[in-house]
Amino acid sequence: MPTPRQLEMNRRDLMVVAGACAAFSTTAGGARAQPAPAGEPVLSEVSFSVNGRNHRLELDTRTTLLDALREQLHLTGTKKGCDHGQCGACTVLLDGQRINSCLTLAIMNAGAEITTIEGLGGVDNLHPMQAAFVKHDGFQCGYCTPGQICSGVAVLDEIKAGIPSHVSHDLTGAMAPTAAEIRERMSGNICRCGAYSNIVEAMTEVAGRQG
Amino acid sequence: MRAFSYEKASSPADAAAAAARSPDAKFIAGGTNLLDLMKLQIETPTHLIDVNGLGLDKIESSPDGGLRIGALVRNTALAADERVRRDYAVLSRALLAGASGQLRNRATTAGNLLQRTRCPYFYDTAQPCNKRRPGSGCSALGGFSRQLGVVGISDACIATHPSDMAVAMRALDATVETVKPDRSTRSIPVADVHRLPGNTPHVETVLDKGELITAVTLPKPVGGTQIYRKVRDRASYAFALVSIAAIVQRDGSGRIALGGVAPKPWRVETAEAELPRGAKAAAEAILADAKPTRENAFKLPLVERTLGAVLAQARG
Ligand SMILES: Cc1cc2nc3c(=O)[nH]c(=O)nc-3n(C[C@H](O)[C@H](O)[C@H](O)COP(=O)(O)OP(=O)(O)OC[C@H]3O[C@@H](n4cnc5c(N)ncnc54)[C@H](O)[C@@H]3O)c2cc1C
Ligand code: SF4
Repeated sequence: MPTPRQLEMNRRDLMVVAGACAAFSTTAGGARAQPAPAGEPVLSEVSFSVNGRNHRLELDTRTTLLDALREQLHLTGTKKGCDHGQCGACTVLLDGQRINSCLTLAIMNAGAEITTIEGLGGVDNLHPMQAAFVKHDGFQCGYCTPGQICSGVAVLDEIKAGIPSHVSHDLTGAMAPTAAEIRERMSGNICRCGAYSNIVEAMTEVAGRQG
Repeated sequence: MRAFSYEKASSPADAAAAAARSPDAKFIAGGTNLLDLMKLQIETPTHLIDVNGLGLDKIESSPDGGLRIGALVRNTALAADERVRRDYAVLSRALLAGASGQLRNRATTAGNLLQRTRCPYFYDTAQPCNKRRPGSGCSALGGFSRQLGVVGISDACIATHPSDMAVAMRALDATVETVKPDRSTRSIPVADVHRLPGNTPHVETVLDKGELITAVTLPKPVGGTQIYRKVRDRASYAFALVSIAAIVQRDGSGRIALGGVAPKPWRVETAEAELPRGAKAAAEAILADAKPTRENAFKLPLVERTLGAVLAQARG
């Protein structure tokens, strides 16, 4: 469950609501919306935490979580690839689970705790998975990398939690971070440069250290 | 994406009532199919009713020894449930063969059942498609039809239902529970949820306007060797060309449902009597009325061979 935190609002973090705002109908998250005049944009409010910091945003209902992160909160580490859930570049952690942030609306995530690549670690305090990607050359152009790393962190957690995969021989047995398991579980993250084998090595090293 | 208003429903019955009130309302669950289609303006709801947070996300053992799966249970949670892994392995396997880890973490039981076809012409809004624009014609007939259906189809539409999960649920004789806008409830065998296209391929299910799926129930476990075999163009993260959900008993009897070949999970109970005679006899009986195109005729022998492999695996 998300823990309530003090609301930390930053004006820069808020959507710049233009003068046209008066023409929009605003609905608080959770409240019953007045059906909008057909075709008119509708604004809605939502609060969630990103990387441990609470944000309250007023957004067009159509805004995906991905666009809210990038365009409103300026967390541009999370990438937009296909925008249809096919490539995995937009992968973030939602309450600890990896998801495609392009296929969920921001307003559907009230109260959620979201972690993006920026929340895992930065240049001065690399997350072990980030460090392992650097060490093993787990990327070339780097565009898919934030999604790969978020997914990689979650995959190791899923294996530890005993969640089976398509290649697990025994559905009810313990799960192990073998190369075959890592490959299958990472299939939702496409890498156009083909860094796959190095990504498997990076993840294998982190899994080994976690024991 | 077209503009829409949004509300969070306060109960399943209220969600159904709200959906009946607005002419172009849609429920949103995981959003992984609906938002994809809304971005392409294939779906253009003017009002979204969010059915998350209504307590429909539990898996409960039922008094008859079966399982009651809430409509909002995520695909990952269902595949990983201990009871499902132990007693309904074909369902775990089918779920794990579908989509990606990220998608399964959001995709829900009801949303998966009601996901729409992956026919390339349904997705291409510049092309005629009877399912997307009734009466405009079917581009797949005479077009690229390699992925599409061979049985249960019509001259108006040859699309397949893309779900893996639903194929396993068909083999398990699952039942779908719903609530309607007038608060009445009903149970529909999963076999009857999806309609065949006939002349109205845009009408895909028997659900009424505003009817909300609240749960899917499974009868008590039937044992047997449970297998889900999916044949696809890539080893992972691709839709099925052909898939088979099989429950095979020691005496050679069993149940077989097919994915990737029809507008709904395809099971022909009478054909299952042929199983002890082998894959060829059973596959011929299941696909008796098949009308493949030149491009997808390969699916007939592929079903037979995949069934042969599944039966061999079941014999151990
Ligand atoms: C790249 C990609 C690959 C995929 N690969 C596969 C695959 O290999 N195999 C496979 O099976 N699937 C695959 N999928 C599809 C995925 O399984 C579906 O998108 C998902 O199951 C839909 O569930 P959802 O909860 O997100 O549905 P939503 O998108 O929220 O809803 C889908 C539909 O169901 C309706 N609905 C939702 N809940 C209810 C309810 N309770 N009552 C009534 N109506 C309801 C909605 O109104 C909507 O029309 C893939 C998807 C993507 C994007
Ligand atoms: S097969 Fe069905 S979905 Fe595909 S183009 Fe024809 S009518 Fe449309």
